[in-house]
Amino acid sequence: MTKKAAFDRVLEARSNDKIKIKTLVNEIADNFIELHGDRAYGDDSAVYAGIGSLNGQPVTIIGIRKGDDEVSDADVHFGSAEPDGYHKALRLMKQAEKFNRPVITLINTPGAYPDVEAEYHGQGYLISQLILQGMQLKVPYISVIVGEGGSGGALALAVGDCVWAFENSIYSILSPEGYATILWKDSSRAREAADVMKLTPEDLIKQGIIDKIIPEVRTSAEIKQFKAQLFDKMEELRAMPEQEMLQKRFTRYRGF
Amino acid sequence: MINNDGKPSPQELQKRMDDIPDVWLKCPICGHAIYKKHINEYRTCPECHYGFRLGAKARIEMLCDDFKPLNLEVKAADKFDDPKYLEKLNKARQVTGLNEGVLSGIGSINGHKAAIGVMDWRFIMGSLGTATGEIIARLFEKATELNLPVILFTASGGARMQEGIESLMQMAKVSETVAKHSQAGLLYISYLCDPTTGGVTASFAMQGDLIFSEPHSLIGFAGRRVIERTIQQNPPKDFQRAETLLKHGFLDAIIKREDMKATLSKVLSLHEGGDQND
Ligand SMILES: [Zn+2]
Repeated sequence: MTKKAAFDRVLEARSNDKIKIKTLVNEIADNFIELHGDRAYGDDSAVYAGIGSLNGQPVTIIGIRKGDDEVSDADVHFGSAEPDGYHKALRLMKQAEKFNRPVITLINTPGAYPDVEAEYHGQGYLISQLILQGMQLKVPYISVIVGEGGSGGALALAVGDCVWAFENSIYSILSPEGYATILWKDSSRAREAADVMKLTPEDLIKQGIIDKIIPEVRTSAEIKQFKAQLFDKMEELRAMPEQEMLQKRFTRYRGF
Repeated sequence: MINNDGKPSPQELQKRMDDIPDVWLKCPICGHAIYKKHINEYRTCPECHYGFRLGAKARIEMLCDDFKPLNLEVKAADKFDDPKYLEKLNKARQVTGLNEGVLSGIGSINGHKAAIGVMDWRFIMGSLGTATGEIIARLFEKATELNLPVILFTASGGARMQEGIESLMQMAKVSETVAKHSQAGLLYISYLCDPTTGGVTASFAMQGDLIFSEPHSLIGFAGRRVIERTIQQNPPKDFQRAETLLKHGFLDAIIKREDMKATLSKVLSLHEGGDQND
């Protein structure tokens, strides 16, 4: 069999070998400074965000990360952000607009963290506000699904002018395990679920959910390639009149 | 009570007879039983004010002096052709008398004109499909065009799994039209009904200028079972009830159904007149 089964892609998207969001951010941005806190409640380390420059152009980068050399998987709930993480992202998006900095989001999350405290602190509300703000952001906004793109927790940071996805990534309404449980009452049928869910980049690009597939990056040279693509896209968007850029973004999502 | 031989006692049998759903309505919140024929016109519990779930048409009848529906013909695309899904759609259409899970149109409430949408929880759990999203998006666009406020009653289990990632995209699509409506300086009242969860909560339900709910409505993002299964937490009974959300600052007000019409017309009148409508 030459064609990879969809579920293998799921495993690769979740793999521990996947490039870490923190590594990616620090390799693509020069002088990156992490910025903490939502100014209201706390600081969720699952959202790794800050400012840096991309070939001399200041940018705001917001990532959702799994465990790495700095935080454990448990610290970041395996890449599931809490409301204060989303609130931090919202704060930094507004700040990016104020200083006319493009926004780049790098996503690797199985979904927003489901717990009681998260409900009390407005998980749903904050995701709704990120979508609303992202849609109207007056600066270029590029979203990249790096590993897992799980449901509303991923969509919160994936309403950019364009949405790219790494070769070994998935983007879906829920996990294949969840899908099999809800629709077939049998979580062991996740493999089968992955097949029907159309969650691989090849499937997603056909549906217009994503615009581009990015080859996996591991080496510095490969990351440089990715960085060059980001820079080109950013420059293309920066050259566009603001109203035209926003209209194109609106049209992209209105079409679904 | 169950007898030693495992058979129900006569009292138990009587109790079961009394529980026949055709005759009795049992309040899911306080357990109060209401003889169906005696339920008030608002279909609320006299003890705790819980509002029994309403279909979309019933809500419109309760609220509007007149109502002109829009986009009744919009339905899910033929590409969604899984037989089980089609069966569910058919059943939902029969039960609700609607092609999709939301009824929308232009109506008036005590003479105040508004674009009004009501999601119907009986339509595949009020799930947000592509056609549901389309109808809601068109409602916001129509309201923007006509300079009207939007009142949207949500009742939804979240995204419609059967339509996959395109269902997720409806959260973004509707948000786009909410953004444009808002940029035009128009009022959006989001009215959260029992139950409002998942992707609907994480998008347009929580984007209102004003967010209202009914007593004891279930409102949340992650489902109770997901929380129990994923992180082995046992959430308190009322953790996603309207009263809890109000306490945590996510609702403007909880309004008894008996006061719905009066409250909405008051709010609409406060947003009329002045420079805004000249
Ligand atoms: Zn009651």
